[in-house]
Order: sequence, then C-alpha cells, then structure tokens
Amino acid sequence: MLDSKIPSGSIESKWDNRKFENKLVNPANRRKHSVIVVGTGLAGGAAAASLAEMGYNVKVFTYHESPRRAHSIAAQGGINAAKSYQNDGDSVKRLFYDTIKGGDFRAREANVYRLAQVSLNIIDQCVAQGVPFAREYGGTLSNRSFGGAQVSRTFYARGQTGQQLLLGAYSALMRQVGEKAIELFPRHEMLDLVVVDGKARGIITRDLVSGEISSYSADAVILATGGYGNVFYLSTNAKASNCTAAWRAYKRGAYMANPCYTQIHPTCIPVSGEHQSKLTLMSESLRNDGRVWVPKKQGDTRRPNEIPEDERDYFLERIYPAFGNLVPRDVASRAAKRMCDEGKGVGESKLAVYLDFKTAIERLGEKEVSEKYGNLFQMYDKITDENPYKIPMRIYPAVHYVMGGLWVDYNLMSNIPGLFVLGEANFSDHGANRLGASALMQGLADGYFIAPYSIGNYIGGEKLPKLDTSHDVFKATRNDVDLRIQKMMSNKGNQSADALHRKLGKIMWDKCGMSRDEAGLKQGISDIKNTREEFWNVLKVPGNSKDLNSELEKAGRVADFMELAELMCVDALERKESCGGHFREEMQTPEGETLRDDKNFSHVAAWEFTGGNPKLHKEPLQFDVVHQAQRNYK
Amino acid sequence: MKLNLKIWRQKGPNDSGKLVDYPVDDVSPDMSFLEMLDILNLKLVHDGVEAIEFDHDCREGICGSCSLNINGNPHGPDTGTATCQLHMRRFKDGDTIVVEPWRAKAFPIIKDLTTDRKAFDRIIAAGGFVSVNTGNAVEANAILIPKHNSEKAMDAAACIGCGACVASCKNSSAMLFVSAKVAHLAYLPQGNPERKMRVRNMVAQMDEEGFGSCSNTGACEAACPKEIKLENIAMLNREMLKALCD
Repeated sequence: MLDSKIPSGSIESKWDNRKFENKLVNPANRRKHSVIVVGTGLAGGAAAASLAEMGYNVKVFTYHESPRRAHSIAAQGGINAAKSYQNDGDSVKRLFYDTIKGGDFRAREANVYRLAQVSLNIIDQCVAQGVPFAREYGGTLSNRSFGGAQVSRTFYARGQTGQQLLLGAYSALMRQVGEKAIELFPRHEMLDLVVVDGKARGIITRDLVSGEISSYSADAVILATGGYGNVFYLSTNAKASNCTAAWRAYKRGAYMANPCYTQIHPTCIPVSGEHQSKLTLMSESLRNDGRVWVPKKQGDTRRPNEIPEDERDYFLERIYPAFGNLVPRDVASRAAKRMCDEGKGVGESKLAVYLDFKTAIERLGEKEVSEKYGNLFQMYDKITDENPYKIPMRIYPAVHYVMGGLWVDYNLMSNIPGLFVLGEANFSDHGANRLGASALMQGLADGYFIAPYSIGNYIGGEKLPKLDTSHDVFKATRNDVDLRIQKMMSNKGNQSADALHRKLGKIMWDKCGMSRDEAGLKQGISDIKNTREEFWNVLKVPGNSKDLNSELEKAGRVADFMELAELMCVDALERKESCGGHFREEMQTPEGETLRDDKNFSHVAAWEFTGGNPKLHKEPLQFDVVHQAQRNYK
Repeated sequence: MKLNLKIWRQKGPNDSGKLVDYPVDDVSPDMSFLEMLDILNLKLVHDGVEAIEFDHDCREGICGSCSLNINGNPHGPDTGTATCQLHMRRFKDGDTIVVEPWRAKAFPIIKDLTTDRKAFDRIIAAGGFVSVNTGNAVEANAILIPKHNSEKAMDAAACIGCGACVASCKNSSAMLFVSAKVAHLAYLPQGNPERKMRVRNMVAQMDEEGFGSCSNTGACEAACPKEIKLENIAMLNREMLKALCD
C-alpha cells in the first residue's frame, strides 16, 4: 500500500504540522552528511543551493556544460503566486482551488495547498536575489493573467521569466560552488541509481567529455531531471531533455506515476516540414491580448486579413464566454484540434488556428504590445518569416510538459527511501493538467522550500552507515552501465538514434497524443514494440565511448524512451476515463469535454517495474476541501 | 538548395584540426541552421563517419548553448540572432559556408565545434550573485524599484552567456559578459551591499581566466544575440573606478 504520508490537521495547518514533526540535523552535524543532486534547473539548482547554505555536503551533476543551460531557462510567461497584490480576490485558498480544478481533480489536495502557501515565499526569495520582475511606475511588482484563473497572479520578467528565475537559482548555486560548499560536475550524465539495502545511496555517471564511468555515494539522492516530453520527438522541450535518470530509477524499483498525463500546449508554432527538430512555444501570456479564431467556412483559402469580422469564429470566446481565450491549456488545445478536424484549420498544413493581435494593437498601440510581447513576436517572425504585427500568428498544439513522473509522497520522497524527486520529474502537484505559470512555481517550491525540510527529516531519522563506492552493489550497478554502453557501441546497424526517435515520436503523437482510444493505444503498444526491435537492429553509434560522442548520448536516451513509451500507453489504456490532458475518445460529454469517472479512477496510478508486465499500485485521492465537480469554464 | 559546407573538425584539445568539405543538397530554406547540420549528421552516421559535435539544446535562442562562427561571424550573419534561430533562407543556392568553433584562449576546444566555456561559470561564482540565503528574504513589495531601473536591469540580465562577445573580440575580452551581470545587479537596490566587492572579484576572475582587455571596438555588441549594449561596459568601468577609490 502506498503511503502518501500526508500530515494530520486541517488543510491550512498540515505543512506547519509536518515542519514541526520533522526531525532536524544540527548545523555541526550537517557537514558530515552528503547529498547528490542530479539536474540544475529550477528545482535542482534551488535545492542544491539551499542545502549547501544549510551546511550539507552537496554534489551536483548536470549533463549540460553549465548549470545555467537547464531547460527551465526557456519558460516564457511567468510564475504564479497568491500575493493578491491586485486586490482582485486572490488568496492561498483560491490558488489552491484553481490548481486542483485545473488539474481536473487528479492531484493531492495537501500537496497543492502547500504549493499555494509557499508561492508567497518564492516571489520574496527571487526578488531578494535580484530577479528583475516587471514593475509598475510606483516601483511595485506587476502581474498578468494566465489560463484557468480569473485573477491576475502571474509575476513575469518580459517573456523570459524562466530565464531570470533560473539565473537567480544558478547565481545562488554558483555562490556555493565558489565557497566550495558544492562540488559541481558539469557534462556528467547520470546513467544509473545505486540502491543499497533498499535505500538510494548513490549514482553512476558518465563524464561526457572523457567517457569515464564513475560511482558516487551519498546519504540521499535528489533527482530533479525534468520531464520526458521528448518521447514524442517533436515537443517544446530542449533537444537533450530525456527520461533516462527517472527511467533508471524506475528500473531500480521507484514507481512511475500517471505516465500518460501529458500536457499539449495550445500555442506553438506549427510544424513546417519533415526536417523539423523541435517545436517552439509561443507563451500562454499571449492569450491575454491575442484572440484565437478560425474562418467560419470550411476550407476557406483567403488570407486572414481578407476574411471579414463576421466570417470569423472566435471559438474560445464563443464556447467559453466566462474564461474566453484564457481557458486552461487542455481545453484550448482540444478546441483548436476540433476546429481543424472540422476542416476549418488554416495555413498550408491546415493544422493551425489564428492568434490575432489586431484588437490589442488597436486598443493599446503597437508600442505597448511590443513592450509586453516584443521578444515573442520577434521569435515568431524569425521562424516563420511573417510579421505578427501585420498578419495573425498561426498556432497549433504541441507537447510541452508531462504531469506524470516518479511517484513521491508528501515529503517528495519516492517509494525508495532516500530517493527524492523534485520538479517536473515527479508527478505530484498538477494532477491531469498543469495550469500556465505553475511549473516554475512548483520547481522552486520543491527546491527552495520543501526539499531542505524533507532531507533534514530523512537524514535526521535514518541510520545511514558510511558507504564506499567499492561496495558490491556499486560495482554491479556500474557493470550494468558498462554493458549497456558496450551493447550500443557494438550494434551493427547504419542509422542514427535520431531516425528511430522520430519514428517513435510519430507513433506516440498519433496513438497517445491529444486524444486516445482503446484500439489506437493497443495498436500503439504493438507499434512501439516493433520500433524498439527495429532500433536494436539498425542502431549505429560511430566513434568510441571514451570521447565526446553525442550519438552515444542520444542512443542511450532513445533506448529508454522506447521503453517508457510503452508504459505511457499501458497507463493510458488502463485509465478508462477522460481527465485533463488525458482524453479518451470513449469518455466525453455531448459537447466534447472530458468526462471523468470518479468512482473508478479517482486515484494515482503508480507503476512498478517487474521485468514483465508492470504492476499497478493505486493511491486513492481524497477530496475533503474541494468538491469534485465537472470542470466548467463556460 | 545546394551548399558547400566547410566545417572545422578537431578530434580533441591536442589535435591541430582542419576544415573539411561537406557538400549538401536538398537543403530547405525553412530549415534552421542546426537542422541542416542534423541532416548532415544523419547522413554521416549512415556512412559510418563520426558525427560533427556542436553544442545546442533549447533551439529557441535562450539557453546559450549554441555557438558557431559562421563565415567568420559569431552566430552567423543576422543581428540579434543566435545560431539556433538562424534559418537557411538567409543563404543562397550554391553558397559556400565556413563553420568554425569559438576561437578564444579562455574557451579551449573540446572537439569539433564544441568549446569549454566554464570560465564564465567561474566568473559568476566569483561575485555574480546577491548573497541571500533561502529564507532570508523580505516581503517582495517592501523593495520598491523604479520601473526605469528595473527595465535597465532586465536589459542587462537578458545575457544568455553564449560567449559570442568573446568570440567576436580581437582581444577575446569578456567585458560585455561581465558588465552585463555587474550592471544588472548595480541597477537594483538588492545588489548594493556587495557592489564594490562584486565588481572587483568578477574582474579579477576574468583576468585570471585569460580573457583579453577591452579596447572599445564594439564588435561584442554587434555580435550579441541578445543585443546587450556597450553602455554596460561603461557602467562596469564606473563601478570599478568607484570600487578602487574606496
């Protein structure tokens, strides 16, 4: 039975109670304990800096050349916090409520309430670090609106909020590196987790420059390794984003929770051709001022500016008058897909809808629009060679984020004691759909304000004998890593891992993408198995493993995606309901909205690796504060 | 489009390296420059040749991983554009394109087009931060910052740490990079308590890393994909002077 370790007491007092119950490690003893942090995005960077400040010995690993390159840097729009600076009715409880509802009642209430509580501290911390958030003329902080909320609670730094928050965490991290409190290992990729006597005690890494395989031991291991959206090949994730650290942990016994919950972001630049290597997001903040529309007539080939006002269908405003263009991402994505399925799509591929700023430019003037969104407009122009000040943007949904991830309890510890999972890598706070501007909030909440307490409690409460990497389990795990690398290097094919990755992505998008059904998922599982077999027949990794070899790095990551993809389909098949980003064709309302089955599926699906068919464990979700209702944004 | 690529291949830091010709055809004008290299690498792997190593990640101009001297220009011919945002429509059928890594003593070549830019991290570790431990912060709106200053800070903070400024400079100076961080924090009250120490320590680390001196030619500003302004260097010099007069 999965124990979520939710503290006792009212929802408001749970986090306080947990902090008080937690065991502590006194400052002089902290330096005797070591923590490994894998990943240097918002969650990993924040956790590493905070733990080092407290006095722990921290080792930080990243496959990037510098911690500042982590993909948190690409988040554009903003970060939510219940500061209620706008006097518009916001509160901790309302942020909690919006997030639970936005997640389609598939997240843990206690976790989400804590997230809303610490959101206040995050903004304070980031401002203190010098993050240049947008401000009003009086010098106070500015806010904007985001999807799924009727209040303005999003803090932002132009369209580069992720960058500025990450540089804040990075500067805190580098300060500790400078003080020798953190040992930093850039261009090191974690390739396995070492579990000794049932506890996570270390990792095996590959130095990506020298190819050297090394073992590192510690009292606790934190994975903050991001999401696995690249299983779809085309996504808004960075090229190197991968599932390997999480998948290796899964194969060592950590449960993978709700792997089918994928977020398809409504506003991305549409695919332009076969050569495409990734998709580019256009921030959700654009929906504050941009209006989404398609021609009313099917197959209308006129240029957008030639289509008169009364022949345009502003479908989000029409279907969802209360939230309009600011409905949550899953709702907006499905509505856009529905329009294209009905033959009203625009652009050459007909797989796009318009995002139009004409009204905003008339109301605010080009200058103000440019101040708010200038860098995004410029990015769009560079990619498409079209000027969005003159012609409406063309957008289409794309894979952006995964709500699924390694299972963790309230303390962010997985079912393997000593293995903590933070940020997008865990499954905890977003349920079946994440609201815009909540990923940055969760990453920093986990890293700055939750992990430091949980790590103290774990180290303070466990007997952790000193362990050397000469221990047999370290040797055996390292041996497994060596064998995997040898297998890839000696494979006798003639294709790059990229070619097969592209093929896998297409299967996932078609069968386990924006909408899923039983027949498609079953077909998907069979196609994935075939592609996996093909992968091992045709893979070629040139060069050698004792050198910088990006083809080898990719091959290892794609091999893991090939396995994860199947588990995602298995999970999607098992969940015979529609919720948030998981839309089962068989389960929809007459209007085409998600139809949940709370009686049978109000649980977290946590999968255990067995070698054969994965074993399902269910963590029931209880809703004591928010009534589980059909989501309504109309 | 058909293109003749001349790409720098170097096995490792101690290899002398050379330009190798790679003719490519079927290049679509809608491809990004890096997608064009992806396609070339697919072909090389198919032929059993080692893929060309180059740094890249987000491919939307914000992570700062990508580099490349393209026909002698860091990040290619366009202003305010990182290599990953450069599209092939910028080139003509039949063009010859020379692709080389960043060239600077402080950025040693690791392999092919990949360089080691850890020197930038060490400069940040020397002082590019506000010393505020987690939990120490005051209420965010207790610190009022004029919008103008906040915008100026943001302009400087937009630096992505790619190193194009160094690569474009005849002296391989890192002044634009360092000044962007110094200016970002100097515009804000949060940066005030440590401002003198910060500029001294960061400049000392910059010198130690082997970057050259600034001779104000402005090549860095022209090459910067985020259009970080030269006035930051003036600000750094003023900050340095104030710190030295202390």
